[in-house]
Amino acid sequence: MNTVTRAHLAETIFTQVGLSRNESAELLETVLTRMSAVLENGESVKISGFGTFSVRQKGRRIGRNPKTGVEVPILPRRVLVFRPSQVLKAHVNHMTPPIGDDGDDE
Amino acid sequence: MTKSELIGELSAANAHLSNRDVEIIVGTIFSEITAALARGERVELRGFGAFTVKRRDARTGRNPRTGEAVPVDEKAVPFFKAGKELRERVNKGKPSRSAKTAPVNTAPVNTAPVKTA
Repeated sequence: MNTVTRAHLAETIFTQVGLSRNESAELLETVLTRMSAVLENGESVKISGFGTFSVRQKGRRIGRNPKTGVEVPILPRRVLVFRPSQVLKAHVNHMTPPIGDDGDDE
Repeated sequence: MTKSELIGELSAANAHLSNRDVEIIVGTIFSEITAALARGERVELRGFGAFTVKRRDARTGRNPRTGEAVPVDEKAVPFFKAGKELRERVNKGKPSRSAKTAPVNTAPVNTAPVKTA
């Protein structure tokens, strides 16, 4: 299966927007860095038509080593969750996206 | 933060680009990720995370209101897995507003008396 990477995305910006290759790559990096910083602060990032990245607080629970069956405490932690918008879900299924949905749905 | 706030910040930091330019650039990034996923491809951005498409088999669901059985077709769902670096940063980040648990690792440090010169 093909994998799209930073290089592909930067190339798309270069060909479709006309920025230099260098600047295309830099801007892509800035977008990712900025999103990461916001998420690190525990704030969510809502990209309309794409989806929402949010941080969820998980409480302490008892886990188990599946191999040995030994109980191990799983400490409270914060995890990143992504909720795809209806538009993205529709695209992935090759269906027409619902009208009026901008991806900020809850 | 929303997409328009992200665009606003980026155009403020890149004076040579108009707000409209940045809007197109940011739009291109997300529509290209969407297009790749629609082609069934994987998008991997090291340090940030990877977007993939997962298949869900057809199943018999139930209308929760009536209890009636309804067939649910097989479908594809977009999935994002945070990369190692981002996952660790999010977990160590500043506590969110909703964080009720006390911060970990705040054991009293051997506080040496402040030197008064």
